[in-house]
Amino acid sequence: MNASFTILNARLHDPSADMEQVTDIHIAGGEIVAIGSAPPGFNAERQIDATGKLLIPGIIDLNTRLREPGQEQKGTIISETTAAARGGVTTVICPPDTDPVIDTPAVAELIRRRAKQSAQARVLSVGALTRGLAGEHLTEMAALKSSGCIAVSNARRPVRSNLILKRAMEYAATWQIPIFVNPLDHALNNSGCAHDGRVANRLGLPGIPCSAETVAVATMLELAQETGVHLHFQQISTARAVEMLHEAQLKGVHVTADVAAHQLHLTEMDVDGFDSNCHLLPPLRTLADRDVLRQGVAGGVISAICSAHEPHEADAKLAPFPSTEPGISALETLLPLTLRLVDEKLIDLPRAISLLTSGPAEIAGLASGSISVGTDADLCLIDLDREWRFAADKMLSAGHNTPFDGWEFKGYVTHTFFEGRMTWSES
Amino acid sequence: MSAVNLQLDENNKLRHFLSIEGLNRDLLLRILDSAESFINITGRSVKKVPALRGRVIANIFFEHSTRTRTTFELAAKRLSADVLNLNISTSATSKGETLLDTLRNLEAMDVDMFVMRHGDSGAAHFLASHANPGVSIINAGDGQHSHPTQAMLDMFTIRSVKGDFTPLRVAIVGDILHSRVARSQIMALNTLGVSEVRVIAPRTLIPSNARESLGVHVYHDMDEGIRNVDVIIMLRLQKERMNGALLPSEHEFFQCYGLTEERLQLADDEVTVMHPGPINRGVEMATAVADGKHSVILQQVTYGIAVRMAILSMAMQPSSAGRES
Repeated sequence: MNASFTILNARLHDPSADMEQVTDIHIAGGEIVAIGSAPPGFNAERQIDATGKLLIPGIIDLNTRLREPGQEQKGTIISETTAAARGGVTTVICPPDTDPVIDTPAVAELIRRRAKQSAQARVLSVGALTRGLAGEHLTEMAALKSSGCIAVSNARRPVRSNLILKRAMEYAATWQIPIFVNPLDHALNNSGCAHDGRVANRLGLPGIPCSAETVAVATMLELAQETGVHLHFQQISTARAVEMLHEAQLKGVHVTADVAAHQLHLTEMDVDGFDSNCHLLPPLRTLADRDVLRQGVAGGVISAICSAHEPHEADAKLAPFPSTEPGISALETLLPLTLRLVDEKLIDLPRAISLLTSGPAEIAGLASGSISVGTDADLCLIDLDREWRFAADKMLSAGHNTPFDGWEFKGYVTHTFFEGRMTWSES
Repeated sequence: MSAVNLQLDENNKLRHFLSIEGLNRDLLLRILDSAESFINITGRSVKKVPALRGRVIANIFFEHSTRTRTTFELAAKRLSADVLNLNISTSATSKGETLLDTLRNLEAMDVDMFVMRHGDSGAAHFLASHANPGVSIINAGDGQHSHPTQAMLDMFTIRSVKGDFTPLRVAIVGDILHSRVARSQIMALNTLGVSEVRVIAPRTLIPSNARESLGVHVYHDMDEGIRNVDVIIMLRLQKERMNGALLPSEHEFFQCYGLTEERLQLADDEVTVMHPGPINRGVEMATAVADGKHSVILQQVTYGIAVRMAILSMAMQPSSAGRES
């Protein structure tokens, strides 16, 4: 299963050490056994000439819905981790809103085992914050942590009261488990399906105001400060949220944030014409919001870019806009959309790499996200100069729901290694 | 934009009729002119022309409607089309059929044109983007987005009373936020080049950035808003919105925004009062105004048939491609 490889002449970039060198990497038994010259007697079964290519740690995605268990018509652990491998992603972190919900060690164990058998990437779970995600009773967080959950979250479901939320934070802080939150005030969200702005008003789409996010962010920041929990905000979409997070971080509150890659490229304008592939939650917002999110990414308030991967079967998007299901199948565009920010001179290449590797690793408390001898060989080899056209019908994800069909990208994943196995190479 | 391309064919002729947005002034005027020619038929003893003989039009209504559905049916029959009426809210979708399945099934029955009302904004665009070539979609109201035939019959009414659009100041009063009628009227009025469109309502019933997104002047004071206007369009207030967080009560709405004879004095002497119906008397307007000399509410209904005849005949595709063999 674990063949031995030598990757020759790669431009190795390790974001955790902020180090770059052109060298050889030797892989055996699932691990990196040497960097530079091969160990005595080492004879790789396969050599890969990586001249001119960039080698980075495998990408860690903080928010991937694999759809298994419960929604296998949309995707499976096999299909979605195969898509992950193509996107250079070696670790996917799954929210707990599967069916059944990940609210007991048994469900976490089920997913772990299933992944162990078949996955093309490391599958890590976020446990539920409340039982059944119903927002009332706390889950057995200590047990969830022991069974491998890296955080707890109520995903997009409401917690019934701020009192319950506060107690959940206190309890999670007791066991040093981070809480991942999708900040959303459900009452203000109402039945909205697009940003409450110019485009939605013109199209008569029920609007989601920015306050649906910012009111929740403000509340959660206050509670985070009071309880001392590590609160990680997922997929923020508003300028004001970036500002509030910045203030909280300056005050020393333990809060981190990520943003979905598509939020850095699309705006409410993309919803025009009722494009159901741009039906997202949180919704695409204004150009001004997008620009502040970009500043947050460049300036450090936001320390990870995630895919917010939500594959759907075709029917889920084949309906009038408000009746379609929100989300993008995004694992295969995560890296190219992030590299585009480098081309657009928003961030430099090392920053882009850290936003996809060491940044999310730190948020999730993972040791991965670096390249060093003795660690799992989770690697992604990129031809940075290669220009290619993204095609929805060539996606490996079971969900072809993407607004990026036909986009021209620069930077192509030629090989992905997960635990020393080659999980993707272009054939 | 795709919405534009969807409605027009390569010769800029009507292909579907989905929204006012994307249609130019010239096309709107052609619709009004065509409706003019159908008005005469309405007065004849045999109220039929053979324009759409042998063609099949399906009225599919996912939301309840009396007036719109009936006038569409009459319009189609006066054009000699065969008409199917489907009230889908009580049939297919309750069995779990998707909108696309409904479309495909009816297409298989060689329906040439669909007149659809649906609760989702964008439903008509969705249907049009999946319809077979030769099949036309007419939007009879989609969510809060658009109700373009209502807007066109309102434009027809305004033109028949006022003649020219350009000098007009028009006020639209009531629930702008949730109104597909208002959105379509505003776009039609601006496209036809009126001098000013005003919307009048409390802040709870007006989109937060209406001025920029819709191109209107926003008023919260009724007396100020209707001053010197030439046309007042009162919108229907949905019962379920009247007693909650949007409005405290029908009573207070009538006190602040109801159209009374006293208030009407503030408008132009020749003001025209319109309402898409059905009216809540004593909520949106006083009975004396609804039935008064400025009101053209019943004319709107009559004209509705002629305007819909114009739109159906203009949007019907000349041949049902590939299906006649």
